[in-house]
Amino acid sequence: MDNLAVIQVLLPLLSAPLCLLFNKARLAWMIAVVVSWAALFVSLSLLVMVNDNGPIIYEQGGWPAPIGIVYHVDILTAFVLLIVTSIAAVVMPYAGKSVEKEIPVSKQPAFFSALLLCMAGLLGIVSTGDAFNVFVFLEISSLATYALLSQGKDRRSLTSTFQYLIMGTIGGTFILIGIGLIYMKTGTLNMADLADRLPAVFDSRTVHASFAFLTVGICLKLALFPLHLWLPNAYTYAPSVVTIFVAATSTKVAVYMLLRFSFTVFGVDLVFAKLPLTEVLLPLAIVGILVGSLAAIKQSNIKRMLAYSSVAQIGYMILGISFVSASGLTGGILHLFNHAIIKAALFMALGAVAYQIGSTHIDALKGLAKKMPWTFAGFAIGGLSIIGVPLTAGFVSKWYLVLAAIEKEWWIVVAVLLVGSLLAVIYIWRVVEVAYFQTADDESDIQVKEAPLQLLIPLWILVIANIYFGINTSLTVESASSAATMLLGANS
Amino acid sequence: MIDEIIGLYNYWVVIFLMMTGFYVVIASTNLVKKIIGLNIFQTSVFILYITMGKVADGTAPILEEGITSYSNPLPHVLILTAIVVGVATTAVGLALVVRIKEAYDTIEEDEIHDQDDSL
Repeated sequence: MDNLAVIQVLLPLLSAPLCLLFNKARLAWMIAVVVSWAALFVSLSLLVMVNDNGPIIYEQGGWPAPIGIVYHVDILTAFVLLIVTSIAAVVMPYAGKSVEKEIPVSKQPAFFSALLLCMAGLLGIVSTGDAFNVFVFLEISSLATYALLSQGKDRRSLTSTFQYLIMGTIGGTFILIGIGLIYMKTGTLNMADLADRLPAVFDSRTVHASFAFLTVGICLKLALFPLHLWLPNAYTYAPSVVTIFVAATSTKVAVYMLLRFSFTVFGVDLVFAKLPLTEVLLPLAIVGILVGSLAAIKQSNIKRMLAYSSVAQIGYMILGISFVSASGLTGGILHLFNHAIIKAALFMALGAVAYQIGSTHIDALKGLAKKMPWTFAGFAIGGLSIIGVPLTAGFVSKWYLVLAAIEKEWWIVVAVLLVGSLLAVIYIWRVVEVAYFQTADDESDIQVKEAPLQLLIPLWILVIANIYFGINTSLTVESASSAATMLLGANS
Repeated sequence: MIDEIIGLYNYWVVIFLMMTGFYVVIASTNLVKKIIGLNIFQTSVFILYITMGKVADGTAPILEEGITSYSNPLPHVLILTAIVVGVATTAVGLALVVRIKEAYDTIEEDEIHDQDDSL
């Protein structure tokens, strides 16, 4: 059953070329749906297995650890795998209808194949236990993401993708340099082996430089302020499906990489005691939360508003990491999951709006809630969740973050967390007010109807998930907190 | 002093190329030149990897009787993968430039900026 660790990655990787070979739009979509559901099933069983029996190690080609490449699935891995696959499982069915108006039929097979490749890359980054393998999968997912983001109808999607390609490649190359430098110093690429050998050489300048390169490279990928400049444009002009999938998964996987490298590979004692990682991450996270939320308030394109809100939410995750405490990490890891379902729900509601009226500009939303009640109800609940109202998923992760801040008696951080939520109230309220309480400029314009069911059902699955995980937190909190304990205990 | 210049010759080349590439990426406004800069930047990393594979007095890693010291072939293999990634990135980047040229009729960043101000 250990094979599941590799099957997880192989499923989308091998079915991506199938989409191109058959070259039929409908068939490609069906392959994507089936694969994403199968992957979800695999990752659920991995989570159960890891919970019961501890980490799973799969040796590629039967070569044992330091020589061969291994896939290492522990509780954190399984949890992030679950995030990626569950988002994919909801987005793929949604994609069938949504791409109709955004991607020409002739390009749809290639589109789905790129979507599957992106998913394979993300799953690969998460499951592998080999540092160089991380880079390879990172580039697989990045290249697929560039291709996907550039498919927007607006020509600005091309220029913003180009910008991301330049920044993303610099980030990827920084990660490559970082991995090279630690290989130079230790002679191994296996993560567990690296963790064993690094403490002995940790005072060397090479290792410090390597960690700096890795951190900066990963932070470029996860769009931590001030390295977030590629994100708003890239999200705004991409097709709805791509925005949903990329916003919900790829930054989360980058956060996972940061956790993996700083906690498992380099180790808590080394990174946080000898190097000032907290001192670097904490201010950036705080500024990110404030600047992202403030910038979100100013946007007139709602898709762009949510993109800036993503920058702020990434700040929350990094904040959780910079606490280096059990409750802080639990909050951060929890927010990976919760933000994924929140942002996917919000972008899906927006995708449904774009499908019906072809615009996501705030003026176009006037009075739309009457015509599309289900879509906007979904948006409103997603909005409550991103604000962090009790009984929604967003509340749970923010609660843990506030607890962690109180534990450390960092009162400014507590204040920032609350201000961040208040700012979220403002930008979500702008949309709610326009959609619910204003009337359209000319009623007779076009008869806008509610979005089709193929879009509404995935949206509402996520909306209900937002409420469910706000009330019943056993699955998410237990996984997140045992992942946090594992990370903190790994090297102490 | 002389040791640091001659002995670490390859690493100086790496740093020189890395900074040159990085500068070209940031400073040039022509999109194709940006891609070229990115290529130079990545090439410097290839040289870094190849350099670290060298073992003093080691020979080419081919099993031969009477030879005990070999250069480390692993970084070479790793960097082959990274070269492929670099080629793929360049291809995607240039394809994007072609599309941008079709959409804006220019590949100069400031002229694109004039046409669409939200960049």
